Amino acid sequence: MSSKRLNFCWGVKKLKPADIIHLAETELDAHRSYKYRINVCCSSGCIPFGALKVLKAFEEAVKEFGVQKECKVARTGCIGTCSVGPAVMVEPGDYLYQSVTPEKARQIVRDHVVLGLPVKEMLYGNKAYFEKQHRLVMKNAGKIDPYRIEDYIAAGGYSALVKCLLRMSPKEVIDEVWLSGLRGRGGAGFKTGQKWTFVARAHRSPKYIVANLDEGDPGVFANRTLAEADPHAIIEGMLIAAYATEANKGYIYIRAEYPLAVETLKKALDRARAMNLVGQNILETNFSFDIELRLGAGAFVAGEETAILASVEGNRANPRPRPPYPAASGLWKSPTLIDNVETLANIPQIISHGGLWFSKIGSPTCTGTKCFSLTGKVKNPGLIEIPMGITLREVIFDIGGGPPDNKKFKAVLVGGPSGGCLPETMLDLPIDYESLTKAGAIMGSGGIVVIDEDSCMVDTAKFFIDFCVDESCGKCTPCRVGLHKIQETYTRIMDGEGKPEDLDFLRSISSYIQDASLCGLGQTAPNPVLTTLRYFGKEYNEHIVDKKCVAGKCSFKHQVKEDEL
Amino acid sequence: MLKEDNRKLMLEKAIKDHQYQASALLEILHKAQELYGYLNREILSFVASSLKLPPSHVYGVAAFYNYFRLKQPGEHVVTTCMGTACYVKGAEDIISAVEKEFNVKRGDSTADGKLSIFTTRCIGACAMAPSIVIDDEVVGKATKEIVIEKIKLLLGGKKTETS
Repeated sequence: MSSKRLNFCWGVKKLKPADIIHLAETELDAHRSYKYRINVCCSSGCIPFGALKVLKAFEEAVKEFGVQKECKVARTGCIGTCSVGPAVMVEPGDYLYQSVTPEKARQIVRDHVVLGLPVKEMLYGNKAYFEKQHRLVMKNAGKIDPYRIEDYIAAGGYSALVKCLLRMSPKEVIDEVWLSGLRGRGGAGFKTGQKWTFVARAHRSPKYIVANLDEGDPGVFANRTLAEADPHAIIEGMLIAAYATEANKGYIYIRAEYPLAVETLKKALDRARAMNLVGQNILETNFSFDIELRLGAGAFVAGEETAILASVEGNRANPRPRPPYPAASGLWKSPTLIDNVETLANIPQIISHGGLWFSKIGSPTCTGTKCFSLTGKVKNPGLIEIPMGITLREVIFDIGGGPPDNKKFKAVLVGGPSGGCLPETMLDLPIDYESLTKAGAIMGSGGIVVIDEDSCMVDTAKFFIDFCVDESCGKCTPCRVGLHKIQETYTRIMDGEGKPEDLDFLRSISSYIQDASLCGLGQTAPNPVLTTLRYFGKEYNEHIVDKKCVAGKCSFKHQVKEDEL
Repeated sequence: MLKEDNRKLMLEKAIKDHQYQASALLEILHKAQELYGYLNREILSFVASSLKLPPSHVYGVAAFYNYFRLKQPGEHVVTTCMGTACYVKGAEDIISAVEKEFNVKRGDSTADGKLSIFTTRCIGACAMAPSIVIDDEVVGKATKEIVIEKIKLLLGGKKTETS
């Protein structure tokens, strides 16, 4: 639909830069007229627990008690405590209610809003969960209604874009990003300022921007949550990137498995387009940039930077050799900037507060924060955002509360299927790109999965290899055939036919695959094998020599047969 | 040839909306799957001829991505999340139990076409692992007993016990 037609339908006038500030003020005034604001988390984590019914119950209860004028009920994105959903936050005072039901919703309105007495027994009691977190990218999550662009503008949104358009040259924008020290949040940790410079220097048009929201790692939902909670931060980040690199067209590549995130982004884009924030002559300036959504279709490899380009072009997501890098020759052979959505969502704040401010958050080599989905065997799974440089122990035990049911911690998987399994001795490792790589894991797109003594490390490593065998695109022989060989070896070990020389074979073939594969999938796929061999070698020996699995996961079926004979 | 019906009209409209661009192939396949439930030979040939692409290319793309189904799914679809968090929390046990109970292998349908079982890599509901999607309902913190019970209810089986 053209923006003209939308304007006609919705009666929205074309905004100019000053209107953004005006709109923010009007909206804030409207917010202030309410004494209470009830934020109901309606993200994919809470909806299956009945969040939409709870939202309706709140709306009805507010009407029932006649407090519509002093209490606003808002549908928001993720509050972060996914394990006790549906979560509800009542402002002011940030009272967080857990596991709210429609009946409890009525009680909250009656006691908290009407009588002014927070319902203590329903409050989320775990203060430690939030203490070590630093909400920067997710600062609006759970506070604003993702479907209302006005909410985002009231929270200071699009003011960074206005600042760029009115007061900064593209070069100054890039300088600010350089100064912030921001590194790509997709996993590789490449300096964002440098990437932008490469694209800005390419004097060819058209130029493209691809925002990577193909969060293929199983067990990771950080990017999805961001898109569901604060879609405009991604859009604003893309617009600023486009302004800095003089790009013409952008694509957000998102997994089709995330229907709510797709819908939220679609609506956000429509709204932004209608308000003259995306499209031709943005805010009545000479800057034009359009954004389109592209749906992925379930291919892990499509998150790789050259594979994503093939997929956006409508082909099989096969990676290709680099150079030429996408910055020189990307989509349809034009210069293309590819950034993870979390990287882009950092940009508006860097521009608003300055690169220097940002560089003071986190550790000196890795500035800023990182969102992680903390899952597996921990008491408090959920979406967390931590400053770079804090240790894994702090994340797993202080924020996550350690394994439930008094089980013993065994390992932590950082970075998805191509990450690594780290043991207890490595828990004091600070979370930054270099430390994790040195330990054999990777930052990845932000998944921390904790496993306890009930899991077998050989079985866990095989799980990841099975995944990579399925997801290998088949282009490079080492990855396609080599991973298969590893899988066969694991099956043998787990069936009770393992031989001591298998371990050397696993080590050598893993290093071949790492050296000879074209893309990140093959280069990192053997990581779980190598890290489990390195840190849990004892378990492999038990499987091979004693035919014993401490966790009782492996069947040793061939061994049993021999015993029976 | 693809049957002339409303679904075909809607698919044609989607293709037209994308201005017959070959780069919109994925979007169009998504639309086709949404309309027909799966992608068969006729649908793929129709998309190929509309976009002026070789049928082999369209088939190659459809076969590459996990999301596209080339076989007709059963009346009811049970999808088990096999993401890391769900796996660690016992998703494998659940799907094995379901396979045994209903005599069907993952990725396939029962002989009467009533039930299909699929696995998916991650639905992103990791905080309530293990999660199973039964038709459109997400069941969090699932156990094999709950899942089997729910499937039996869905199939209207007589074996269902009152819980």
